[in-house]
Amino acid sequence: MTDQEILSGLAEIIEEIAGTPADEVTPAANFVDDLDIDSLSMVEIAVAAQDKFGVEIPDEQLKDLKTVQDVVNFVSKNS
Amino acid sequence: MIGTKILGFGGYQPDKVVTNDDLAKIVDTSDEWIRSRVGIQSRRVARDDETVEDMAEAAGAKALAASGLEPAEVDLVIVATCSPVVPLPNVAATVAYRLGIPAPGAYDLNAACAGFCYALSAASDAVRAGSARNVLVIGSEKMTSWIDWTDRSTCIIFADGAGAAVVGPSGPGEPAGIGPVVWGSAGDQAHKITITGRTGALTQDGQAVFRWATTAMAPVALEACRRAGVTPADITAFVPHQANLRIIEAIARRLGIPRDRVADDIIHAGNTSSASIPLALSRMAEQGRLQPGTPALLIAFGAGLSYASQVVTVP
Repeated sequence: MTDQEILSGLAEIIEEIAGTPADEVTPAANFVDDLDIDSLSMVEIAVAAQDKFGVEIPDEQLKDLKTVQDVVNFVSKNS
Repeated sequence: MIGTKILGFGGYQPDKVVTNDDLAKIVDTSDEWIRSRVGIQSRRVARDDETVEDMAEAAGAKALAASGLEPAEVDLVIVATCSPVVPLPNVAATVAYRLGIPAPGAYDLNAACAGFCYALSAASDAVRAGSARNVLVIGSEKMTSWIDWTDRSTCIIFADGAGAAVVGPSGPGEPAGIGPVVWGSAGDQAHKITITGRTGALTQDGQAVFRWATTAMAPVALEACRRAGVTPADITAFVPHQANLRIIEAIARRLGIPRDRVADDIIHAGNTSSASIPLALSRMAEQGRLQPGTPALLIAFGAGLSYASQVVTVP
């Protein structure tokens, strides 16, 4: 899977869970500050990402993923 | 073997309303934060002298009236509660007496927030096995007596109330009105929601419980549908335990159930543990959102961790 594929898959997930339009989900976007996504939505996003990419993101690791690119990197590294 | 159905239900909320702004005066929180994080706008708190028995009696009376049965036609009372003041005498025997039900079987059941669906299943089994003709099932909780009011992560969530349903046999030739239960537990995660010591306060690992509820509960609910011979598309009312509006909406999303069919009583009731499902049913009925004769999906989950789910026909 390419980073671009992960990014667009992630954008779909974020749009469904948080309602954020997919084109606002840019690599540098910070979940809390830019996308207004709190830690509960992050859990939902992590679970959906596990369904879609087959990569588990445990709570302890989730709190260190601050930007969209952080999640893309995590998925890429662990898939 | 005969089927069973819900003959009537009812709910009781204490009079005292506590808003998010009221709580913001005593802990570091805000109305906006609570609404977005948990979905609650206000909740009810029982009077100091108002007991789990008092609330159970009030809800039980309403359910009995809705069922059209005389008290003497009830021969088993089950009270789901995890917040009694004392371990004995149990709540059920006292409430049965107060309601004028003559000497029925009576026991309390503790499956925390999963209690109502566990009790509903136990009641249905009792009727089907011939251990009882009609059963009064009550969920009654005074969660606020187990709360640390300085802990902003829990005092904003839990609240008081009671709900009840009367379970009886389906008519001859009538399809079963309470589907087979799907229940289970995750004792490996028991430490995620606890009350420590005899007078300790309730604490929970909120994020972990959120993750568990939003992932593990949808498959349970799906299985309950399957065992009842329906699909989520057939469900006209989805009534999950009112733990947190975000959890409720996440599970509904996973099941593909439209938001307007989803119970959201938590908004004005808070999390009342085993009372939450019958209270939510009562609220939906008041709002005109229930369709008699159609399938409703119930799922309860919480401390234990434990869960139970079944499809019921709306009376």
